[in-house]
Amino acid sequence: MNYFPDEVLEHVFDFITSHKDRNSVSLVCKSWYKIEKYSRQRVFIGNCYSISPERLIARFPGLKSLTLKGKPHFADFNLVPDDWGGFLYPWIKAMARSRIGLEELRLKRMVVSDESLELLSKSFPNFKSLVLVSCEGFTTDGLAAVAANCRLLRELDLQENEVEDHRGHWLSCFPENCTSLVLLNFACLKGEINLASLERLVARSPNLKSLRLNRAVPFDTLQRLLMRAPQLVDLGTGSYVHDPYSEAYNKLKAAIQSCNSIRSLSGFLEVAPRCMSAVYPVCENLTFLNLSYAAGLQSIELTKLIQYCRKLQRLWILDCIGDKGLGVVASTCKELQELRVFPSDPFDAGNAAVTEEGLVLVSAGCPKLNSLLYFCQQMTNAALITVAKNCTNFIRFRLCILDPIKPDPVTNQPLDEGFGAIVRSCKGLKRLSLSGLLTDQVFYYIGMHAKQLEMLSIAFAGDSDKGMLYVLNGCKKLRKLEIRDCPFGDAALLEDMGKYETMRSLWMSSCEVTLGACKTLAKKMPSLNVEIINESEQTEFNLEDRQKVDKMYLYRTVVGHRKDAPEFVWLL
Amino acid sequence: MSPPLLGVEEEGQSSVSSPAVDCIPQNGLGIKEWNYLGLSDFSSVDSSGVACLSEDNKNNLNLKATELRLGLPGSQSPERKTELCLLNSGKLDEKALFPLLPSEDGICLPLQKSVVTGNKRGFSDTIDGFSEVKGTVYSEKNWMFHGAGLDSQSPQPLSHAKYSVAQASVKKDGPANAIQEQPCATNGTNLNRTGVFNNSSSAPAAKAQVVGWPPVRSFRTKTLATSSKNNDEVDGKQGPAALFVKVSMDGAPYLRKVDLRMYSTYRELSSALEKMFRCFTLGQCGAHATPGKEISSESKLKDLLHGSEYVVTYEDKDGDWMLVGDVPWEMFTETCKRLKIMKSTDAIGLAPRAMDKSEKDC
Repeated sequence: MNYFPDEVLEHVFDFITSHKDRNSVSLVCKSWYKIEKYSRQRVFIGNCYSISPERLIARFPGLKSLTLKGKPHFADFNLVPDDWGGFLYPWIKAMARSRIGLEELRLKRMVVSDESLELLSKSFPNFKSLVLVSCEGFTTDGLAAVAANCRLLRELDLQENEVEDHRGHWLSCFPENCTSLVLLNFACLKGEINLASLERLVARSPNLKSLRLNRAVPFDTLQRLLMRAPQLVDLGTGSYVHDPYSEAYNKLKAAIQSCNSIRSLSGFLEVAPRCMSAVYPVCENLTFLNLSYAAGLQSIELTKLIQYCRKLQRLWILDCIGDKGLGVVASTCKELQELRVFPSDPFDAGNAAVTEEGLVLVSAGCPKLNSLLYFCQQMTNAALITVAKNCTNFIRFRLCILDPIKPDPVTNQPLDEGFGAIVRSCKGLKRLSLSGLLTDQVFYYIGMHAKQLEMLSIAFAGDSDKGMLYVLNGCKKLRKLEIRDCPFGDAALLEDMGKYETMRSLWMSSCEVTLGACKTLAKKMPSLNVEIINESEQTEFNLEDRQKVDKMYLYRTVVGHRKDAPEFVWLL
Repeated sequence: MSPPLLGVEEEGQSSVSSPAVDCIPQNGLGIKEWNYLGLSDFSSVDSSGVACLSEDNKNNLNLKATELRLGLPGSQSPERKTELCLLNSGKLDEKALFPLLPSEDGICLPLQKSVVTGNKRGFSDTIDGFSEVKGTVYSEKNWMFHGAGLDSQSPQPLSHAKYSVAQASVKKDGPANAIQEQPCATNGTNLNRTGVFNNSSSAPAAKAQVVGWPPVRSFRTKTLATSSKNNDEVDGKQGPAALFVKVSMDGAPYLRKVDLRMYSTYRELSSALEKMFRCFTLGQCGAHATPGKEISSESKLKDLLHGSEYVVTYEDKDGDWMLVGDVPWEMFTETCKRLKIMKSTDAIGLAPRAMDKSEKDC
């Protein structure tokens, strides 16, 4: 196709931003492939072992922004041992060597060493944005390197990482002439920071829009920071504890009132409930409120606060808000799209404060709801059916009943019908997590109706291989399937081996799958890596083919077996 | 075989703040006999389970086993070595077989019965819970019968069961774990389920601790654990939190409590007290039918604190009874331990200014 010169095509391609679309564009013809290849700046790699750094660089030499995900999702819940993999260093090394002009790096569940952060900070002069989510392996020394060397740094976003805090003055490492910060989130750090440096840094960052502090930043510092940065759009408080009758508190109140751009609020890890009233003026414009770490707030305070939040679109909260509190949410937050209710005491199932009632109330009051994560004490089919009727727009529906195989407490039936109603009614459902007592029937419904489903998480569910097969056969767009403690075995695993090439990954743990079947699969499908994570004393040679594997993780890849697997991971 | 154990322990550890203290006190109402060898030996499990605490050696285990301990089982360290527990089951076998062996142990059968570490249901309760479950709709499931296996009297499940019973005392979070064996074979599937199953059918006391369930990020669990600890500390400290003090009134049948943090001046406090004790004053009116006083309820109320009828006093940190109103409000809230509404007549000895009270803003 030679209708247009390359530059024109390039310009046109600039408007195509979705990864999927760009991938499609590159398949049209050789010329388009070439143009797309050199003009591609943003690359998303959902599984860091599906491709190697060298292949990536060869494929997209113009790479500027890279997103990498490492460990499988269940690693979040301690199901994957620590040294499994997902190391950042090889990627940095390769990109540095090839002089890639990296500007943005977003990582999830990767192991990030200080060494890699240092190398990163020194190798990419235009580096602007570092986002680390659920990563580990680094200390504040690595952060110091980034602060010191990335002259154009705009974003440093640390979300829920395990960081070893050396209490060094990493914040002081931002040079005095660094004025480019737009986003600074260090809420997950546990240690002290240099408050004076922080204040100076904020003072010289006129573009700062998002600031999330850690627990070590006290109340009065918060007040001074707000005075310096009234332009903030996103605020995460540090320690929010003070005497509400003090001068400092009044000052904070005044400071907050001058911040009329705040649309997003989080933090409150340590909170004095009486001080929350200072925040009320901000509430009426809030679109995102994250109180999911505010263990010090009771339902009363939460509901008082929420009553002001009429424009709220996303709410993350603890279950101590209770069903009644959710009723207040339902009647106040008519724009609500995303709700996450986390358990305040995950291991005490008897005391969970929300039930199906809260969810029904929210579904009735918030018709725009499309994303849900809900930890609750119990759920009924009737409630799920009602929810399905009220909200047909769900894209993400993740339900976690704290007691994993609890049936409908009213009818004592499995929750098949309830979830069936959800998948039938929400035609755009992309992500689903199941819980409660479930038989093969729910998988029949899922296979039948969840045609857009991309990610499915199953635990303690199903009766037989049929369940898994319904899903594999019916969900054409399935990308990630993770299963634990279900009676699915070899027959289901091996029925349609080609299916796994259309998916990113499959996780099965504590199921009925045997080593022999995994070996068969690995042999027949060279484009898949089949990994067995084996934590017992036995070696590969002792384990017989007919023995069940504890954990299996398989994923498609173009580069074969990875070289960095630890001893307890067997690559078949 | 430690990692699955580890996983569960981790969960246990991260919930350190709750279970030991919050265990629902369901006493194993007497030990029901777990009869694979004609003995109830849950208590012995517990005592030797307690022994697991001592980090060292068999000798220690022995000694501890002789103690009658009634402490919270949850106060045990979650750190368990597999070896110790196996050791445990070895010991148990011994005990089981020679129940009335005069002690080295010092424990003989009747005593065993009384050693009930109160906060957990006995293992046999768990099993009973189990048999309830069997009767329900889920009994068709194949993996249910794994539980049935525990009931059998063959030696192999015996050591299994013993092992898991030892585990039960080991974990903080309830006897449901007794079912959740960690066998040496790789397959742990059934066990997870049975452990969990137990939870769904039996009383709320049992908490099934399954690795990785509920699916909450460990970062979140750890952070919340630290948060709640800190928040407790915070409330204890300078208290932007509530400050409730008792308020007693002469002649009232019961006391009330007020939260001093709700008010910022003496006036607010006094009007609140008025409201609270309204019913008592009216009651008194009616009951006493005080001669000569034709009193409307309103005027009576007004008189309550602002008038000379009553005086509000407080007990300070030193134990002295003081007249309310002398010191700045903040100082008052910091030193006040309780309040008392006295009749002026009684208060004469207290405050020389009682006569001037009508002028004071109290």
